[in-house]
Amino acid sequence: MKLAYWMYAGPAHIGTLRVASSFKNVHAIMHAPLGDDYFNVMRSMLSRERDFTPVTASIVDRHVLARGSQEKVVENITRKDAEEHPDLIVLTPTCTSSILQEDLQNFVDRAQMDAKGDVLLADVNHYRVNELQAADRTLHQIVKYYIEKARKKDELPTSKTENPSVNIIGISTLGFHNNHDCTELKKLMADLGIEVNAVIPEGASVHELKNLPKAWFNLVPYRELGLLTANYLQEQFGTPFVDITPMGVVETARCIRKIQQVINQQGANVDYEEFINEQTLYVSQAAWFSRSIDCQNLTGKKAVVFGDSTHAAAITKILSREMGIKVVWAGTYCKYDADWFREQVSEYCDEVLITEDHGEIGDAIARVEPAAIFGTQMERHVGKRLDIPCGVIAAPIHVQNFPIGYKPFMGYEGTNQITDLIYNSFTLGMEDHLLEIFGGHDTKEVITKGISAESDLHWTKDGLAELNKIPGFVRGKVKRNTEKFARERGVKDISAEVLYAAKEAVGA
Amino acid sequence: MTIATENTALNFECETGNYHTFCPISCVAWLYQKIEDSFFLVIGTKTCGYFLQNAMGVMIFAEPRYAMAELEEGDISAQLNDYNELKRLCEQIKRDRNPSVIVWIGTCTTEIIKMDLEGLAPKLEAEIGIPIVVARANGLDYAFTQGEDTVLAAMANRCPDKAPVSETEKGERNAIQKLLHFGKKKEDVAQEEAEYVDHPPLVLFGSLPDPVVTQLTLELKKQGIKVSGWLPAKRFTELPVLEEGYYVAGVNPFLSRTATTLMRRRKCKLIGAPFPIGPDGTRAWVEKICSVFGITPKGLDEREAQIWENLEDYVKLIRGKSVFFMGDNLLEISLARFLVRCGMTVPEIGIPYMDKRYQAAELALLEKTCQEMNVPLPRIVEKPDNYNQVQRIYELKPDLVITGMSHANPLEARGINTKWSVEFTFAQIHGFGNARDILELVTRPLRRNNNLKDLGWDKLVREEAKV
Repeated sequence: MKLAYWMYAGPAHIGTLRVASSFKNVHAIMHAPLGDDYFNVMRSMLSRERDFTPVTASIVDRHVLARGSQEKVVENITRKDAEEHPDLIVLTPTCTSSILQEDLQNFVDRAQMDAKGDVLLADVNHYRVNELQAADRTLHQIVKYYIEKARKKDELPTSKTENPSVNIIGISTLGFHNNHDCTELKKLMADLGIEVNAVIPEGASVHELKNLPKAWFNLVPYRELGLLTANYLQEQFGTPFVDITPMGVVETARCIRKIQQVINQQGANVDYEEFINEQTLYVSQAAWFSRSIDCQNLTGKKAVVFGDSTHAAAITKILSREMGIKVVWAGTYCKYDADWFREQVSEYCDEVLITEDHGEIGDAIARVEPAAIFGTQMERHVGKRLDIPCGVIAAPIHVQNFPIGYKPFMGYEGTNQITDLIYNSFTLGMEDHLLEIFGGHDTKEVITKGISAESDLHWTKDGLAELNKIPGFVRGKVKRNTEKFARERGVKDISAEVLYAAKEAVGA
Repeated sequence: MTIATENTALNFECETGNYHTFCPISCVAWLYQKIEDSFFLVIGTKTCGYFLQNAMGVMIFAEPRYAMAELEEGDISAQLNDYNELKRLCEQIKRDRNPSVIVWIGTCTTEIIKMDLEGLAPKLEAEIGIPIVVARANGLDYAFTQGEDTVLAAMANRCPDKAPVSETEKGERNAIQKLLHFGKKKEDVAQEEAEYVDHPPLVLFGSLPDPVVTQLTLELKKQGIKVSGWLPAKRFTELPVLEEGYYVAGVNPFLSRTATTLMRRRKCKLIGAPFPIGPDGTRAWVEKICSVFGITPKGLDEREAQIWENLEDYVKLIRGKSVFFMGDNLLEISLARFLVRCGMTVPEIGIPYMDKRYQAAELALLEKTCQEMNVPLPRIVEKPDNYNQVQRIYELKPDLVITGMSHANPLEARGINTKWSVEFTFAQIHGFGNARDILELVTRPLRRNNNLKDLGWDKLVREEAKV
């Protein structure tokens, strides 16, 4: 057992549902107790879906506990098959159903006899994988199923497309800015003269999956979703894949060069250097921004980064390599993929943090006191409490992170968006401090900067008054140093005198 | 809408139970705020935690006094010892938060692996010195607000069973009394005691925000009725005394287990009344309590009329319109009854669970209201099937659908007005003073859509090819 208040990645079935409901005309049936269909609320509210989320539950109640599901699951599958005629129904186990150990595969086999559509059992273990891993597995499972089905019917295409083409793998519902990224990637491919053969799973029909082998290569923009599928397609059809996330100017160029290499090996004979140069210098504003005096002012400022592997790694590189910002630590909650993350960011930050514990992250932020945070919604709230601005760069996210306006993180427009995000976070912070220095809104009480540690010390009136005179951006540090000083000497009440004694003691 | 054939008695149906609702563990969100010295420990899996963190939105960042005891594979396969694990976590909670009570919320998983929480709690309680209350608020057995019912039923067993000896202390014991007597001299207190009619002690049950508690308490005081205590009180240490023969009354329609516990285990007498939701409900609630104590209520006519008068601008908007309840929080019967009184018609009331005994007075009032307003009686659908309901909604074209969030946006996109039902659980809707808040919620989609009506943006989905 583990005491937990917050989790970064959801349970496994969420990943399966994200993949299933991203496809067109695929229905998921959860084997779950009442109330576990919270996914529908999230999809309906966060991404403001106009359509009913194609997820229903086959309810596990007291009777199921006593007698097993018996006909119930089978009936629910065949009923949904008749009501909505989905191409595929994915039976999704939940944590509850996985400990019941019912033979769900048997239900699927029986339902398949009556159902017109296909029926699959999502093959994920709730106690071993999280949302992201489960999504990756489910996508792989569905692709494999339809490739094998086509192979049996001898419907697999035998040749590649005439012109260079790509499958974009890993765009899904409830993914962080996924739709905008997808549009940007399609535009990039068009600019490179590459046809988009398929985008999966978002908006795809399962009938298109048999055409995946026609593409010259696969592009996997996100580390978390699609690699299993890309590896499978490489194994089966020798289709190479590019898994460099085109996020930031340097990485986008690297991704394009890799694409160039991959398609030239298949006889394309393209040279994208001119394109990269043109985009970098004149289309994207990010390179120019790096040279501008705005960015100069950010040099050496401290930042911390936390998020999923893809975004945390990319943002760390952008901050450090493209803007000269000092990344004190970069971290991810994708523990299962820690080695990759370390390898990606080690040279761009002082310290790497791999954890799923938000308390640890909060403390690490409080300890470092960065000028800006780039993290998830959780880090945004930590930032609020510590008065440090935060740019949100990764899930978990709230409804405001599903913007209606066009805000990709990938490709050349993505570099512009990220620049704005980073720059706005820092200037806001600066303005705030300037206001405080000039007595702007100094009616606020000083907030304790520790996240978990309660202060047992008392500040006297004159001590507090003195503390409030200290400019905001160093006040936290002074407060903490003084408290440390007082604690070491067993002083209970901190007066102005103690504050200055502490200041002298640290030689500041 | 099309008016169905005239019904003469309430029509009860039961469907498949394939409907959307919140998991009952969501009750921790409002109960930890209500019971200020409590700590809620939800013993479940990542799924439970994910639901809580998403459903509670911003609250999760306010260092809540609740947490998950997240079960891992070792717990499921009994490689770890439940008692030791829980002990470790509860000691940590005691160290960090020092609560007056730890409430264990049992979940589906603890049910299935048959973790004996009720057996473990007394042992651990003795060992760590903090009361541990066990509530099995799981999705196998309950829906949404019924979670509170399971917690309050468990707490009912913790209420002290003897009033303290001295009479003056008795007054001091409970929080509301203290609140009302705050800063007053002893003579004033005695003076105030005189304002009450002599009646057996009355304890109300149901968790309400403190301002609503004060409002309802004062409402009864006007009739000379003294509220001796509330279950739950602001603090666990202030749970009301429950002696045999005390009278109890519920303020919410989903508290049937608590009512049963109070009657059977604590030998209290239940006053079966409609619930104080809407001015009509509040009046009927007060009247019923008065009648049990042999009091003739004073001034209720004027009070109710006054409230209705103030509501007229909102009532005007909904009079003659129809409302369809998909059903997810058990407030549906009371809300429907109030809306019928406002002049609406209700073709269907979906409801997760219908306790006809506990809600008897409310059902009778619904029936009477329909007759008086001359509208057809609604069909009451227990354990509804959301898919079927959506088909019926397409057919009936109601002016308003009260539903959960998973259906709200898709229905709006199809030109059907919706109100998100969960808001009724969190808004202040009890008593005379809060009737306006209910109508504020109900009319909001209609007012919004009035603003948009000339824009031609009713249906925002492409025509479906479906039959």
